[in-house]
Amino acid sequence: MARMATTRRVMISTAAAWLFGFLIFFPILWMGLASFKTELEAFAIPPSFLFFHWTTENYATVQERSDYLHHAMNSIIIAGGSTLIALLIAIPAAWSMAFSPTKRTKDILLWMLSTKMMPPVGVLVPIYLIYKSFGLLDSRIGLVFILCLGNLPIVIWMLFTYFKEIPRDILEAARMDGATIGRELVYVLTPMAIPGLASTLLLNLILAWNEAFWTLNLSTSSAAPLTTFIASYSSPEGLFWAKLSAASTLAIAPILVLGWFSQKQLVRGLTFGAVK
Amino acid sequence: MGQITLQGVQKSFGPVHIIKGADLDIADGSFVVFVGPSGCGKTTLLRLIAGLEDVSGGKILIDGKNVVDTPPAKRGLSMVFQSYALYPHMSVRGNIGFGLKMAGLPKDEINRKVEAAAATLNLTPYLDRKPRELSGGQRQRVAIGRAIVREPKAFLFDEPLSNLDAALRVQMRIEVTRLQKQLGTTAIYVTHDQVEAMTMADKIVVLNGGKIEQYGSPLELYERPANLFVAGFIGSPKMNFVTGEPALQKGAATIGVRPEHLKIERDGGGGWQGTIAVAEHLGSDTFLYVDAGALGMLTARYIGELSLHAGDRVSLTPDPARIHRFDESGNALRS
Repeated sequence: MARMATTRRVMISTAAAWLFGFLIFFPILWMGLASFKTELEAFAIPPSFLFFHWTTENYATVQERSDYLHHAMNSIIIAGGSTLIALLIAIPAAWSMAFSPTKRTKDILLWMLSTKMMPPVGVLVPIYLIYKSFGLLDSRIGLVFILCLGNLPIVIWMLFTYFKEIPRDILEAARMDGATIGRELVYVLTPMAIPGLASTLLLNLILAWNEAFWTLNLSTSSAAPLTTFIASYSSPEGLFWAKLSAASTLAIAPILVLGWFSQKQLVRGLTFGAVK
Repeated sequence: MGQITLQGVQKSFGPVHIIKGADLDIADGSFVVFVGPSGCGKTTLLRLIAGLEDVSGGKILIDGKNVVDTPPAKRGLSMVFQSYALYPHMSVRGNIGFGLKMAGLPKDEINRKVEAAAATLNLTPYLDRKPRELSGGQRQRVAIGRAIVREPKAFLFDEPLSNLDAALRVQMRIEVTRLQKQLGTTAIYVTHDQVEAMTMADKIVVLNGGKIEQYGSPLELYERPANLFVAGFIGSPKMNFVTGEPALQKGAATIGVRPEHLKIERDGGGGWQGTIAVAEHLGSDTFLYVDAGALGMLTARYIGELSLHAGDRVSLTPDPARIHRFDESGNALRS
């Protein structure tokens, strides 16, 4: 009896999990389907699910109308650059807070996180004006800089959590074994921190890739990443659902593939080291 | 060579004095155990010697050279941690050889030394495994291997056996002692387990509240404890303390008698009268917990089986040559 009840519970929760997963995935699926429809079919009511005239003309139009590769390259540079710089700053910061904490360490961490609580639009005007005076508008450097600053608190928090998990005994053993701080970093700490570093890197890459507020407001063409590329399809002449879907599919494809292949690290990253 | 001398070593964390001035001479090649209740400062004292903590005052001499400003690695000591602290991403070979690699030894020499250490510790079949693939006892041996391979002036052990189960602990206790004798290297060993202290040590340092209570060989501590604390801490079951009239008769504030030095007779004998509250029959020994009225609870030990049971009246007579006398402040009185 008990066994049957357990089996039924497992079946129900599995079904529920699939249903929930499908609900979350549905918009992406729908977007992918719509990208292969004609504009007319894309907003037909009732909508057709699989039995419509499949076409790739939207992709051809999108490629014709705008330079996908140019935007994709901007996205790679902006997301990659901001993540790498954030890591470079965050590693020593998180390291020192995890291994030689002071009375104020907790306060500093909370203060860093509190900057994420402010809506970015609150500082849009001052940032815009500063960028304008420094000639950083529509520049890749400007976007790398703002995204790096925006994600830095989260990067530091994540790394801090990972570094905290590393037992101090092991670092002391390395010191007894004659490792200098530098060698301790290279031979002991970094290898032990690699899973944490990898998930932090991936998560921030995704955050930066999808960031739309600053990228839309601070870039127009030459530095515009894929977010701007998508936005350009909601044009004054009206919405072109099929083409918009094709552009969005193209924009999320690279990061989706990256996410698919690094699921394990991502799950670890998202649980913030809670699961050992 | 590995002669270690402490001169007035002090350590405080803020206003808290953990070590209140320790003086100690550890002879080359000896096995010294720091023992005491938790919080007595024994681990801190070991970490001060290792260099993992900085002293607040005093000197630590290794082979006559003051090392208080020398970083841990340059002191020529190696340490075995309670948690083993193995490098999880390195193989057993990598773990044992790490110190040699840091010292810049050539690869083939490192390999030769690592293999020799592994052979001593029966670790040869496991050299290419990762720590997580080893049992507790094997991990412990890797930690010891990492310590011996560097041929240090002294080994520092921080409660290394406390994570092992009882049977393995006894076996490792013997292995560690034999290895230390075989290598002839000075060893300082921290434990809260007085059986480990008594069985392994050439000399024991009893610590309490950041102070060294007594320093001597296990039998010295057993036979001539310097004060009430050492008398109570060393020996199992604990020494009986009696105050009042019987103590005054001996010219002391307190007298102490070990459970094994009480002669047990059925009621009517000439000693202290009491009723057995609990009798423990172990076969090899019999422990009696006796309610002796005004004298309090007394513990008596009989070697072998004694068919007495709870509720029986007994009389206990202390062996006059084995009575320890203490003054009001708890210090031993020598006749």
